[in-house]
Amino acid sequence: MNIVVILKQTPDTESVIRIAGDGKSVVTDGFKWVINPYDEFAVEAALKIKEKHGGKVTILSYGPQRVVEAVRTALAMGADDAVFIDEEHLESCGRIKVAQAVAAAIKEMSPDLVFCGSRAVDMDMAQRGPMVAEFLGWPHLALATSIECDGKTVSIQRSLEGGKVTQESTLPVLVTFGGSHAVWNPRYASLPGIMKAKKKPLQNKKLADLGLDAAEFTPEKAKVRVVSLELPPERKPGKIIDGGLDTEGKARELVRLLHEEAKVI
Amino acid sequence: MSKCVCVIAEYRGGNFRRVTHEVASEGRRIADALGVPLQAVAVGSGVAEKAAELGRYGVEKVFVADDPALEGYIAETHTPIVADLVQKCDPAVVIMPASVDGKDLGARLSARLLAGLVQDSTEIVVENGKIKAKKPIYAGKCYCWNEWADGEMPLISCRPNVMGCLAPDESKSAQVDKVEVTLPEARSSVKSLELDTSGRVGLSGAETIVSGGRGLKEAGNFSLLEDLAQVLDAAVGASRAAVDSGWRPHADQVGQTGKVVNPNLYIAVGISGAIQHLAGMGSSKYIVAVNKDADAPIFTKADYGIVEDLFQFMPVFVEELKKYKSSCS
Ligand SMILES: Cc1cc2nc3c(=O)[nH]c(=O)nc-3n(C[C@H](O)[C@H](O)[C@H](O)COP(=O)(O)OP(=O)(O)OC[C@H]3O[C@@H](n4cnc5c(N)ncnc54)[C@H](O)[C@@H]3O)c2cc1C
Repeated sequence: MNIVVILKQTPDTESVIRIAGDGKSVVTDGFKWVINPYDEFAVEAALKIKEKHGGKVTILSYGPQRVVEAVRTALAMGADDAVFIDEEHLESCGRIKVAQAVAAAIKEMSPDLVFCGSRAVDMDMAQRGPMVAEFLGWPHLALATSIECDGKTVSIQRSLEGGKVTQESTLPVLVTFGGSHAVWNPRYASLPGIMKAKKKPLQNKKLADLGLDAAEFTPEKAKVRVVSLELPPERKPGKIIDGGLDTEGKARELVRLLHEEAKVI
Repeated sequence: MSKCVCVIAEYRGGNFRRVTHEVASEGRRIADALGVPLQAVAVGSGVAEKAAELGRYGVEKVFVADDPALEGYIAETHTPIVADLVQKCDPAVVIMPASVDGKDLGARLSARLLAGLVQDSTEIVVENGKIKAKKPIYAGKCYCWNEWADGEMPLISCRPNVMGCLAPDESKSAQVDKVEVTLPEARSSVKSLELDTSGRVGLSGAETIVSGGRGLKEAGNFSLLEDLAQVLDAAVGASRAAVDSGWRPHADQVGQTGKVVNPNLYIAVGISGAIQHLAGMGSSKYIVAVNKDADAPIFTKADYGIVEDLFQFMPVFVEELKKYKSSCS
């Protein structure tokens, strides 16, 4: 079974977000870059399926050179090889263009399964997976919190507001991963894994190598544009309920404040 | 010919979901600002009978695809059907729910219609006839305003419980145009759909949330929070530490890699307030923190802080609340 995992590099979730001078982008100095956590779940799920059914796991990513580090990390987790769409400005061309480039790269590999995170922790647009599936003309199953694969079909569970769904598809299919760390428990890259990863094959591809016309991939083609960024309003410092009260006194005071001041009970 | 605003309705278990009413209300506002009609698209099993109801929220006309095979959302089947209906509307703007299924459908539609999509918008404005949409990024650590290139059709999904809802006008109903459904050939299907009928409040729509963290020490101690939740008619959430420890199901995780919530009242108990947790609940209207460590970062975000051992404080707090509640009734 051949599995492609689409991977995006994002700032670490610890990152403090500051707005840059242009008012439209964030200050990236000092960011620690990591594999998007949801894509990491996808890598883990792919490795588990490979362990059961054999085959190979290929990492597919794109963007500036810094992303290669995230790709190497996924190889160190146990993926076999990687394809890197070496186009620094791909993301500035808009999400539709990214999905078209990714779909073109996948077509060349004709895998049985394509996995990716259900969303990225930076822009949180939750669109890459379903878009790629549409461009491939494939079905997709979204937001898996568990997955079973018997070699011919895949079935997943997903939760939705007030319920649970089980969905199934024949191969090839694209699956996006939801859930949390507790569900997927992605493995760490081991030291030997990191050493091996350095030698694993990583192919660089330009848009032209994927049969795409680079002239169609410019920032002017982006349909959606960022106008401005703003930070959420600062919360006013709150009050610690103390005043020398005992536990009961504090509880009573809290009830009073929630009722009289906040008016939420 | 003036184009319309098109709303994609979400229909499940025999009813339009509340978020559909919110999106229709928002659609009405945008249509009025643009001076164009408001139309809708509704897909599902049995939806034709209900479709006229959307008129109460200002929808003038609904294009409907009704077929038993459309019970339960599956992207491969729903996308081409919804896309065809949207094209029948010939819209200037399409808005839809940023629900679990809505975001999935939106992404697929974006590729199919080659329409630029902004997901999970919290505010839409019309300026000089052009649409701008705001959305949270980095799990609410920042907000991003987006616009569309000239001649592009905005496709926007709207975050539930944010945009508000018009008071329904029971005297109005929408014109229903039932369209013949051609089901696409599909390799994927819904095997089962289990809806929770317990009436328990879900995290996403809850007005009050009581969340517990590592400070709870073990799964059984969450009963302290369940008691409080019962008195307040609240949902129970958890930090990642509590979920990773196996004390709570993953669906209860609040934060950057869990649910982003915005209740009126969020009570954090035994939670330190890590940046990933704050990202998920920082937009709550009021925050209460109970923590024995006065230096815990959660207190920098809390409107009301209680520095106490939670095992001592919580039972007393629940009793005081009960007393207060019974004095009200
Ligand atoms: C990629 C990534 C994603 C993440 N996503 C999330 C996310 O979505 N949501 C999330 O919550 N976290 C997330 N985290 C984890 C986050 O960094 C913290 O580790 C986590 O939030 C800590 O949970 P906690 O506050 O329950 O535990 P701790 O940080 O251990 O805090 C426990 C608190 O309980 C208090 N306490 C202990 N005993 C008592 C007592 N008897 N009475 C009163 N107070 C007591 C302590 O003083 C302490 O402040 C993520 C981390 C990473 C790396």
